[in-house]
Parts: sequence; structure tokens; C-alpha cells
Amino acid sequence: MIPAKFDYVKPASLADAVAALQQAGDDAKIIAGGQSLLPVLRLRMAAPSVVVDLGGIAELKGIREDGDKVVIGAMTPYYDILRDDLVKQHLTLLAQAVATVADNQVRHRGTLGGALAHADPAGDLGAPALVLDAEMVITGPGGTRTVAAADFFQGLFSTALGEADILTEIRFPKFTGWRTHYEKFNRTAQAWSMVAVGVALKIDGGTISEARVGLTNMGDRPLRATAVEQALVGQQATADVAKAAAAHAAEGTAAPSDADAAADYREHLARVLTGRAVLAAAG
Amino acid sequence: MTQIRVTVDGVEYADDVEPRMLLVYYLRERLGKTGTVVGCDTSNCGACTVHLNGQSVKSCSVLAVQADGAEVTTIEGIARDGQLHPVQQAFHDNHALQCGYCTPGMIMQAIDLLGDNPDPDEQEIREGLEGNLCRCTGYHNIVRAVQDAARRMKPGASADTPAPAAVAGGGQ
Amino acid sequence: MTTTAEPATPVSEIGRARTRKEDARLITGRTRWTDNITLNGMLHAAMVRSPVAHGRITSIDVSEAKKMPGVVAVFTGADLDSEQSGLPCAWPINAEATPPRHVSIAVDKVNFAGEIIAVVVARSAAEARDAVDAVEFDIEPLEPVIDLNDALTDRTVIHSELGTNKWVTFPFDSVAAGATSGPSADEVIAAAENDPDSVVVTRTWRQQRLIPAFMEPRSVVVDPTGEQLTVWSSTQIPHVLRTMLGVTLGLPEHKLRVIAPDVGGGFGGKLQVIPEEILTILVANKLRRPVKWTETRSESLVSGHHGRDQIQTVTIAAKKDGTFTALKFDFIADMGAYFGLFTPAVPVFGAFIGPAVYKFPAYKAVFTDVFTNKTPTDAYRGAGRPEATFAVERIVDELAAVLGRDPMDLRKQNWIKNTEFPYTNAGGLTYDSGNYEAATEKALELFDYEGLRREQEERRRNNDPVQLGIGISVFTEMCGLAPSRLLGALGAGAGGWEHAAIRMLPTGKVEVVTGSSAHGQGHETAWSQIVADKLGVPFEDVEVLHGDTQVSPKGMDTYGSRSLPVGGTAVVKCAEKVIEKAKKVAAHLLEADESDIDFAAGRFSVRGTDKGITIQEVVFATFLSHNFPEGVEPSLDSEYTFDPENFSFPHGTHLAAIEVDTETGKVHLRKYVCVDDIGSVVNPLIAEGQIHGGLAQGIAQALYEEANYDEQGTLVNGTFVDYTLPSAADLPSFITDRTETPATTNPLGVKGVGEAGTIASTPAIVNGVLDAIRHLGVEHVEMPCTAQRVWRAIQEAEQQGGAQ
Repeated sequence: MIPAKFDYVKPASLADAVAALQQAGDDAKIIAGGQSLLPVLRLRMAAPSVVVDLGGIAELKGIREDGDKVVIGAMTPYYDILRDDLVKQHLTLLAQAVATVADNQVRHRGTLGGALAHADPAGDLGAPALVLDAEMVITGPGGTRTVAAADFFQGLFSTALGEADILTEIRFPKFTGWRTHYEKFNRTAQAWSMVAVGVALKIDGGTISEARVGLTNMGDRPLRATAVEQALVGQQATADVAKAAAAHAAEGTAAPSDADAAADYREHLARVLTGRAVLAAAG
Repeated sequence: MTQIRVTVDGVEYADDVEPRMLLVYYLRERLGKTGTVVGCDTSNCGACTVHLNGQSVKSCSVLAVQADGAEVTTIEGIARDGQLHPVQQAFHDNHALQCGYCTPGMIMQAIDLLGDNPDPDEQEIREGLEGNLCRCTGYHNIVRAVQDAARRMKPGASADTPAPAAVAGGGQ
Repeated sequence: MTTTAEPATPVSEIGRARTRKEDARLITGRTRWTDNITLNGMLHAAMVRSPVAHGRITSIDVSEAKKMPGVVAVFTGADLDSEQSGLPCAWPINAEATPPRHVSIAVDKVNFAGEIIAVVVARSAAEARDAVDAVEFDIEPLEPVIDLNDALTDRTVIHSELGTNKWVTFPFDSVAAGATSGPSADEVIAAAENDPDSVVVTRTWRQQRLIPAFMEPRSVVVDPTGEQLTVWSSTQIPHVLRTMLGVTLGLPEHKLRVIAPDVGGGFGGKLQVIPEEILTILVANKLRRPVKWTETRSESLVSGHHGRDQIQTVTIAAKKDGTFTALKFDFIADMGAYFGLFTPAVPVFGAFIGPAVYKFPAYKAVFTDVFTNKTPTDAYRGAGRPEATFAVERIVDELAAVLGRDPMDLRKQNWIKNTEFPYTNAGGLTYDSGNYEAATEKALELFDYEGLRREQEERRRNNDPVQLGIGISVFTEMCGLAPSRLLGALGAGAGGWEHAAIRMLPTGKVEVVTGSSAHGQGHETAWSQIVADKLGVPFEDVEVLHGDTQVSPKGMDTYGSRSLPVGGTAVVKCAEKVIEKAKKVAAHLLEADESDIDFAAGRFSVRGTDKGITIQEVVFATFLSHNFPEGVEPSLDSEYTFDPENFSFPHGTHLAAIEVDTETGKVHLRKYVCVDDIGSVVNPLIAEGQIHGGLAQGIAQALYEEANYDEQGTLVNGTFVDYTLPSAADLPSFITDRTETPATTNPLGVKGVGEAGTIASTPAIVNGVLDAIRHLGVEHVEMPCTAQRVWRAIQEAEQQGGAQ
């Protein structure tokens, strides 16, 4: 219940934060909202010697428009994302996924950047980030770079972030007018996703002109269901089309088997939920 | 040790704390605010819910050092001038508690929920409380209480304005 | 709910939906949980627990831990063994053998993962926790015994002194017990198997392992610095604990004070003498300093006792016309590694109530208690009765399916009719009263049974991906523990009485002392209502005292839905004694003959006159004792210890409308109706609350909860992340109602209510799940009926060719 001892640093600038991480070496942990980190520390599944709090860096928080992009600061809490007009207008899939994360209290504290950097395969933000072509802006000892979501997630709790790297903001192209839905399946309301599916469709005159489908917890990282996407494009968004396309949902996945669900059941869920998500998105 | 300044239930405190100290232990052990309790170690149960700068948080999932400069409201700071908060009153009137252990967190979350949505339907109440576990009531009367509180708090009155200093130190 | 204006004439307090006195402190945070206690010089204990389920301790090195900052002492089993004695088992069931010694701290061998192997004491809880990590130990693993059937092979024996993992086989046979005459259940079943006019249905299924999961983690504070050794504990049983500490540790009972302050739920989980209580006492005594231990949630889930965990084989025999002819249970029950207070008795509790609401001419129940290398099991809400009720209510549904009968009609055909009470069931219990017809009729109406059956048909016809099922459970249970003589006959180590005392204070206020120690049940309110009525004093003038052996010296505590039928009756009887005493004083003061004095609504009056005196005036006159009848003790204070003559038998009809998404297997509880008959009701608000909470726990067993162990004996879902308690978002509102058939065995006419909802609801839900998908060929889904399990059951049935 009580974390092991650690030193605490709360830098006021990004440069100081990177310096603090460099100084601490591989034994440091970044705390953003802390909603994943603190339970881990309390159960003593991790015992870093230094915790670097990004809460003092004002520039990491907030949502802004940058030309054809919506830029979300890594330290922006879920709650703020849910209430933001830019998100409501251009990134509905993100809002739909964020609304399903944990509970109200956690959404007040938990941050988009924290979730993406944590890279829990059952987390609900990875698939939308992938579907929405998010770009991760990373600042580290070597300066600032941008990594596409597709390259960012590298495995179980593993990302492109290096030891002293900080995810500073997430840049999303606008998906204005896209029809989206995030379909989450879990054991209890508060539980992590057993499987979830995020769908974004561009529908022109009743025909799906572009389709993007992302899967949560169907591998060690969020995945795109490209075969489903291909099967949808050029089709009418009917129940039959959705079902036929959804039959491809488990292709190329590597669903885990655990106490919650076996891989074959997850694959089945991925197909069912994809069909439902497509129909729900198409409205 | 790190120094923090926190306002809790209207009273300002300055303390040196170990960075690893959770906000809930700071409240309980340093300030004696034992009205806020600990029910789990994975931030599932919500028994420790307080308001941090006006928003509900699980005080077991916030470090005391993260609350530096913040305003915290606990179950002990929501009654005013000897009057129970309408949500407290509604919990009593609707028998929304039995053992009472989850109650402080449940009430604090209910207040937050009504602040965001003053007129929630049953499903919205249930989802708004999904981060708070109760083992006694089956939630039935808790939902009734929140519905009742919503009626009482209409119209106008903000669900959670900062607590005045006068009631710090415990509800009456 | 708004408070209505007081009517001019006094209303009866009993039966009134009073809001609770207890709430004032609980809703404002002015609570008195054990973990809130801080004493001068208090130290903090933390436990080092074995990660290994079965093994020999080959070394423990505490030298590094002792050097850690703030650490005062570290103790191992070797340090404490000579003093720790063994934890008590009050009801071994088996008179032939001695239960294995249940150590509080392991000495050379561990028998479950979570067992304590060292105690760290430090100046702060954080320092104690840090030092836990610094204790180094080696445990040489032995083959863990996890599976019940495997345990019965005795391939590996856990307690070598027993020579076997099987503790006892307890048989109940209705013929041998004299509860039925005629052929035995075995004979009836054997004959029915060869009888073309009969049918026999046998099924085997599991009662999964559950965790009580009270919200307040357990906590113990021991202060050895006073005249008495004071123990605060988050326990359901301060009185039993005090006596047991005397018996087991040899502590002089009069030098022990046990306090259960505010206790945050129990559900049987705090009906225990726990290793941590013993160890906190031992180390506090050694160090001569107050010591506190408070568990973490993950510690609680792995080390607090678990519940249920049985493999049940159930057989029902019936005539083709639906008449039940025999019922047979063969249950294998998991004890875990050791016995707690009631571990071996819990399954056996189901023996007597097995026949439930039905007239079985023959009945047999065999219980085999088995040790495994898992956390000990013991009482969890319902204790033995949910298991038996599940078995009978599930098998009746299976029989209905085999016979092609409406499951409710089949129940009606076989239940005990209202005109047949009192009725002795095939388990040997005499049900004093009941009206299954009335409760069922009301429930069916509230539920819209016919309408939902039509919808079910329609969904089946349309091959709707979401199928509808109707789950039925018509239950009764035995509670209000318990007639002492009966407990004695069954080998229990305690009686089942309850104690009350009433103190009449000079100003007319009243203190009521109860031995029934509440932890959420609202005794302070309900007892106040009873006393207000019986003494004719205002509700507000009554204070209920409990949970501290110094204030309430005598009691058997709270479990088994006993508080109101037993403890409440003690309060009634005690109040009657007060009135008897006061009547003598009133007669003297009114200068009348005692036989001419009437008492009503707080006033003693001389029959046929307008002369009278209030009870408060009598109390004050007694306090003065200036003008007092000769030879009469100048006190109205009274005590009463009530021993019930029988159990109480609440019953009810529970109906669940269950939607099953056949594509994913997900179960949605759409509607839940229950009509319970808990006899007369003292406080409908509180009674209804007990039902709600009971329902949630029973539904959670059916759908959500299960303690899972891996092959190594590790509890794999030992946090609230994966031991999935339902939240508000996972449950519906409940439609509850009551019928009132008063119990005839206590003056209040009440029956217990605490466990009824849990006992009844689990089979209702599972029957509903099955009813939704039976037409697809599914006969059973193990609990909890998770989406994955339901989906697999449908897949397997489809592969086997669907419905026959």
C-alpha cells in the first residue's frame, strides 16, 4: 500500500525535466497523472529511485489548433479532452474512447500522454491514436523529434521513448465529419478492455470512401485491422457489409490468453465488436 | 522530505512530507482527517475520494507532493454552518449506507457527478459512480439518494463551491 | 423521502421506516474505524507472508530487516511458537480426529500462499512495510495440493499427522434422522432409474471460491499498557474473540477488553479469530507498547478467509407427473489449508435446508471436507445455505427441462402448502410458518411473468441474437442462529443465545446494551425502535451500546441473520422485565394493587380510574428511592439472555429476467423482482437495504466473482483490479416487495433478513442464463457466468448438434 522510498523532482521546464531524467538514469520514472504509476508503486511492482513529476511544466497541458492539426499536450487530463470543443469537432473517436477509460476520478487525473507512454495493450488510447494517425512529439537529450503512432508502439509496455525522453504532445490530423465509434468489451464497467475496437469511417453519399479500424488488446500493442478497412472501402455501410468485413478483424493479430479471456475468444470478440462498431459508426 | 502547502477543508497547512506519502495518508495521519479512508491498493474502490481543486480524485492515487498548492475538500468539509450537504442529507434519508465505509468516497463522487450533470438519469448516475465500490447496499439506495439530492439541489446552487474556513475540522 | 409530520396519536415505532441513528457520524466522516486509532508510543506491525503455497521453511534471515530505519523488532515463528497456541475451530464436525494445529505464524512449514512467516514491528507503517522486503527466507517447495479431486487421492498429504487430506465425510440421511419414513433416497433413486414412470436427473457443478471483500480492510490495535489488555479489532465477534483469546492464549479473560468500534462490513469475513489478532497481541505484550496492524487490500484478499468452493453432485428423482420422490447431495468442500472458527461446519449447514420449500419423501446429503493448499474457507454470507439452495433450485430447473414442464408449475406442484405449516422437512427442520403461494403470486405479478414468457418465445422464434431467460428461485433458509441445545447436539463449541440489558437513567433516558455487535446492520436504530415501543419512551431517548466488552460484557455477536430474531427478542424480553419491575413501583406510588395496574404507551394507570404515572416518573422515583415499596430492589435495570427454540425460516420468490447476447456471451440482468417473507418487520427501510445488498452479492457470485488459483497455488486475481466486484454500473435497480407471515417462535414475529437475498439470488440468475440459451442445447454454465463461459457453452452445444 505504501510505495518504496524515492526522490522526487518537479522540474518547471522541459529542459530541466530531460536533465533530471538524464541524471537519474534508468532508475527514474516519469509521473504524469499517476493513475497507472501509483498503483504499481503501491503494490511495489516497481521501485524507482527518482520520480520526475511533469506536473510543473505548464506547456505540456492544453489543447490547441495548429493549422490542420489538433495538438493535445501530453499532460492534458482525460476530463479536459472530453470537454474540449476541438476534440468534439475533429476527433470524436478519441473522445469516445476517452469516455470509456476507468472512472470519473481517474479521468480527472489521468493524461493522454501518460496513457500512451505507458503503452498498456489493454489501454484504450493506443488504438484511437493509431486510427487517427497521431504523431508523438518527443523531447529528449538529442532534441525534439516526431514519431508516427504506428512506429511509437513497440510492444508490451514498450514505446519509441528512450530513457530520458519525454512525450510532450500528440498531434492529430483533423477527422472532421468522419463517423466514428469506440466499442469496448469488458467484464465489469470499471475493468480494462478485454477487447475494444475503434472505427472511423468517411462516408460519401452512403458509400464508405475511407475506413480506419483499430484494435485494443489484440496483441502486445494496438493494431490496425487493415483487412477490415480494405473490405469496407467502396461499400455501403450495411449490416451485411459490416459483418463480411468484420470477419477479417482477427487477421494478423496476436491476441493474448489470460485469466480474462483466451485468445480464440478475443479473436471472436474482435470480429463481433468490429461489425457492431462499423454499424454504430455509420449510424 | 519535500515541503508542501495545501488547503484542506478551508484550512491552510504547510508540512514536510516524504515524496512517497500518498495524499490519503497525509490527510489521515498528518492532519487527522480520518473521515477519508483507504479501501484498496489499486485505485478501484474509490473509498478515498476527495476533491482536489474542485474535482473528484482518488486520494490514494495522488502523492501528497502532487497536491502542493492545491485545495482539497474532504467529507469533513462539506457541511456548512451545521447544515449537512444535500448529498449527505439524501444519503441519510434514503438509507444509502449500511456499514458506511464507502460512504465518504461515494458522497464526494456523487457531489462531483452532480456538479457535472445536475440532472442525471439513472444510468448516468450508475456510470458516474462506477469508480466507487460498495459491498453493503447493492447500490440501489445510493442511486435513489443521488436522484433525491439532484432534486434538492435544483435549481441553481453549484454542487461544489470551495468550503468556507468556518467548517474546517469536521462536519457538524 | 421526506419526513412526514408527526400524527397526533403515537404511532408504533416497530414497523416504521426510521432513518438511521448511525448515519450521523458515517456521512460526516466522524467515524471510529480501528485504523483511525492512534495511541501514545504506538508501533506498527507488518506481516511477511509466504509466496509459496506448500513448502518447508529452510531459512529465515531477519538480520537485515532489523537494521532498517525505524524497525523495533522482527519476530519469526521460532520466536513466537511457544506462545501462539493454535487458532480455534469451534465446530469440527468430526469427533474422531483432532484438527490440524492452525498456527498464526508458520514455524517450519507453510500450507498456503499468504501464510505469515514473520512479523515486523516498526515506528511507522511505512518503515514496517520497507522492512518486510528486507526479510530473507528460503522455502523449499513441496507439491501443492490445489484440485479437490486430486486432494482426495492423498498423493500429497498436507497435514501429515492426519495421514490424509480428507477431514470428514458427514452424511445426513432423512430416514436415519427420522425426518422421513419409507425407503431411503438411495433406494428411491435406484428404483426410479429402472422405473419407466420415473425420471432421475444428476448434475455436477461447482460452487466457485469467493472472497467476502468487506470494504473496510481488517485492522487490529492492541494496547498492553493499561490495567486490562485492550484489543480493538475490525471484527464481527468481539465477545467470541475475547473468550477465544482466553481459551487459546491462556490470557485471563477478566484482564481482556475487546472493542469492535465502527466495523466496515463483514459478511462472515470478520467472523473469525485471525492470526493477525494473535500476533499483534503477542508482539505488543513482548514490547510493552501499543501496536497496530492494518492490512492492505491485496493482503486481505489472499489471507482473509474465503467462502464457498465446492464440487456438487446433485440428484433428483421424480415421477413423470412431476412429483418429487428423492433428493441427494454429494458435496466435496474445500477447507483450504486450515480450519477457522467454523470452516468444517459451513458446508454441513446446508444439510438441513437442502429440501428447501419442497416435500421430498426421501433425502440424503453427504459432505466431504477436504484440505488443500489454499487460503482457508469459512463463513461467507449465507454459509452453507447458498450452496444447498443453489443445488436444489438448479436441479429443479433441470428436472423441469427434462420433463418439459414450466419450472414454476413444477415448483408449485411440490412445495409445502400454506395450510401444511408447521412442517417438518426431510432435513429434520420444522418450519413454523410460511406462505409460498402468496409471495410467488405477488412476485409473478410484479415481474409480468406471462408477458416475459411471450417475449421469450418471440425472441426464440425470431432467432434474436439477444435471447431472454427467466430465472426462478423459490427459496427458504434457516437463520437466527441458533437454539443452543441443537448446536450442542451437533458438536458446536458455543451456544446460540443472545444477551440484552436495559439501564433506566434517572432522567428517563434509556441505555440498551446488546451483545449483538453490528457492522452496518443498523442495530442502533432498530433496537431503539423496539425499546421505544416496549417502554413507551421517545425513540430519541434510547441509546444503544454495543461492541465493547467493557460496556456490553456478554454476547454471541452478529452473523447467521441472528441479530433481530435472537438479539432483538432478548431486548423485548428485557424490556418486559423492566416493566414488570416498574409496575410494582407504580402500584406503590399510585397506592393501588399491582394487579390493577395497566401499562400502555409509557404510562402506568390504575384500571378504571384516571390515575396514572409516566414511566419516567417511576424511573425518577426509583432513583430517589425515598418512597419505595418494601422488599423491592431499588432498580429497574434488567438483563435478559434469550435462547431461541428454533431457527427462523424466511422465504421468498425471486425472479430474474436475463438477456444473453448469444454473439458475445454477455449476460445482462434486465429485471430483478423479489418478494421476500421475512415475517414482521421492525424497520422496512433497513430490511429492504439488507435485501438489496444480499441480492448484489448473490448476483455477483452468479456473474462476476471468483477467486482463481494457478497450479502453483497462487491466487492470481488478488487485487480489486481482477477480483471483479460489481459497481453501480453493473447492477440494475431491484424491484422488492414483501409478504408478512409472522414467525411463531419469537415475540416479534420476525425472521432473519441478512442473508436471504444472497441465498436466493444466485440460482435465480444462473437459472435465467440457462433458460435463455437452453434451446440452443446448453445445460449448464459454471459460475461466474462470464461472457466467455456462456459463449463457449453455446459453441460447444452447437458443435454437439444443438438442442436434442
